[in-house]
Amino acid sequence: MVEPEGERVIEGIAAAEGLAVGPIVFQHTASLGHRAAGSPLEEREALNAAMAEASREIGVLVAGADKLAAEILEFQGALLEDEDLLGAVLGQLDAGGAAHDAWAETIDGEVAEYRAGDDEYFRARAEDLLDLKTRVLRRLHGAAACDLPPAAEDGILVAEDLTPSRFLELDWSLLRGAAIQGGSPTSHVAILARARGIPLVVGLDAELDDCIQGAPAVLDAKTGRLVIAPNKGTLARIKRAQAALASERCAAEALVDRPAVLTTGDTVQVLINVDDPAILEATVPAHCDGIGLTRTEFLFRDGHLPGEDAQFEAYRRLIVWAGGRSVTIRTLDAGGDKPIPGVTPIGETNPFLGVRGLRLSLQTPALFAVQLRALARAAALGPLKVMVPMVTVPQEMDRVRALLNDTLAGLAAKGVAHARPALGMMVEVPVAAMTADRFDVDFFSIGSNDLVQYLTACARDNPAVAPLADPRNPAVLELIRRVVEAARAKGVEVSLCGDMASDPDLVPLLLDCGLRSISVAPALIGRVKLAIQRHGGGAG
Amino acid sequence: MTDAAQETSPETAPVTGEAVVRDPTGLHARPAVKLTKLAKGFDATIEIRDERNDRWINAKSPNAVMKLRVASGDSLSIRARGAGAGPAVAAMVALIERNFDG
Repeated sequence: MVEPEGERVIEGIAAAEGLAVGPIVFQHTASLGHRAAGSPLEEREALNAAMAEASREIGVLVAGADKLAAEILEFQGALLEDEDLLGAVLGQLDAGGAAHDAWAETIDGEVAEYRAGDDEYFRARAEDLLDLKTRVLRRLHGAAACDLPPAAEDGILVAEDLTPSRFLELDWSLLRGAAIQGGSPTSHVAILARARGIPLVVGLDAELDDCIQGAPAVLDAKTGRLVIAPNKGTLARIKRAQAALASERCAAEALVDRPAVLTTGDTVQVLINVDDPAILEATVPAHCDGIGLTRTEFLFRDGHLPGEDAQFEAYRRLIVWAGGRSVTIRTLDAGGDKPIPGVTPIGETNPFLGVRGLRLSLQTPALFAVQLRALARAAALGPLKVMVPMVTVPQEMDRVRALLNDTLAGLAAKGVAHARPALGMMVEVPVAAMTADRFDVDFFSIGSNDLVQYLTACARDNPAVAPLADPRNPAVLELIRRVVEAARAKGVEVSLCGDMASDPDLVPLLLDCGLRSISVAPALIGRVKLAIQRHGGGAG
Repeated sequence: MTDAAQETSPETAPVTGEAVVRDPTGLHARPAVKLTKLAKGFDATIEIRDERNDRWINAKSPNAVMKLRVASGDSLSIRARGAGAGPAVAAMVALIERNFDG
């Protein structure tokens, strides 16, 4: 593609959707420069002063913070008063170390420990430590390093990196978006930006320097690019897209608390996917028709095997939150890209085609029995559906039903309160999709992510084959249609809970396949309902 | 539960207690900060240990508490020595059993 004269396009990754037009506010990550170390006593005083300043700054930020921001900030604030951590730093100062070196080395050592785990939540805390490290180092090097960039009206912040607390300090009533070289779409900054509707592009693929300061720019956090000195065509296109996005958001917002109804009068059930129960605090139950997928892997983080009571408590909370709406809980789907140390097999040459999901549960019956007991107990509290992942042949579901029957009999014998949950399967293995009519189940839920992966023979975690893993492929849609028809013929419910359901552009195709129930990411309820409302009648 | 409510000197046996973490997500940053703040309110030396880990760590260090990686359903042991050891353990156990007032 020939770039128009003068326009410079920098590719990145969209981390928080949105569009912005305005002058660049470039924040050069100034090197902290040389700092001469004093006597141990002077270094101690310098460190204390820097930490006190950092503590004060964080305190100011906490005052105006929402829940997620407060969690990040309070942890950082508490670290400043951590006697063990401080003890390690002071030990180095007494040995003649410079305050900035001692502080940086101690924190870096901790960061390495946090990053070593395979628990995502725990690894993310490394960001908090690095954030704090930078804040204190800036203070140690003098106040000049702490200045925020001049916030021009409607400016687009461009920086090498952005820490969560820095993000929270910036005046987002003036700035319209941000583009950074570092970062990832799963970082705290990305989560904060999405929650606030601030467009963010991360991973900018270019060297940046001061000459872009103040240059007119377009931030396209839909496709993930920053355009410096945009030409007239680009500006006109982005302004149209901005207007469309604004009216779309407005329309979606108006629909979020209403049922999703097609023009034919058919209602479409819009359920939500729960990856981590923390999301429920930010979601209004009345905005959805229940929970269509709970990924119970959150209970098994970091190789932990939760007991029956801990699982029951987690399931109970979901049912209480749903307030009478149906709650679908998927049994452990470990293996593949979700290993659990000590449980999932080691050394499989192709884990996605190996012992994962139900295959693993049937090989670890003691582990499975604990989950079934907790689920059967929770079923006494509200409408609960148990969904089994990675089913291939009908005999597997027969075995699960037999195990469930044993579980129910065992609980009855002990006089423990319980009920029979609906038992269904996730349809994600192509042969199961093609023979859905042969399975004895109470419901189907199509797992489109794995179904697309297995049908197209494209690994989900390999970007090189991503273009081939197209959910619009006619074979994918044909299989979805067949599962819907099989469910109708059997008189059981069918839903779809993969990423396809959360893509407003793909929702019409799912409706055309005859689906009348889908499970989506909570943040997209409104957009999906809008896509449903805009769709005509579709096939039915 | 606490074994005893008496105070102990550093030489005598510590006051101990135990409680199970109920939050489905385990001991996240917020509860960890709450726990350490509570511990700091006591003069006693307070340590905690996760059932999956043999190490006792300083309950007043948020960094150390986070690094325990306490998961949902884990039983935490608490021990305290010195002034106010009994009330300290009782308060720590109560906070965990109240699920950190979350």
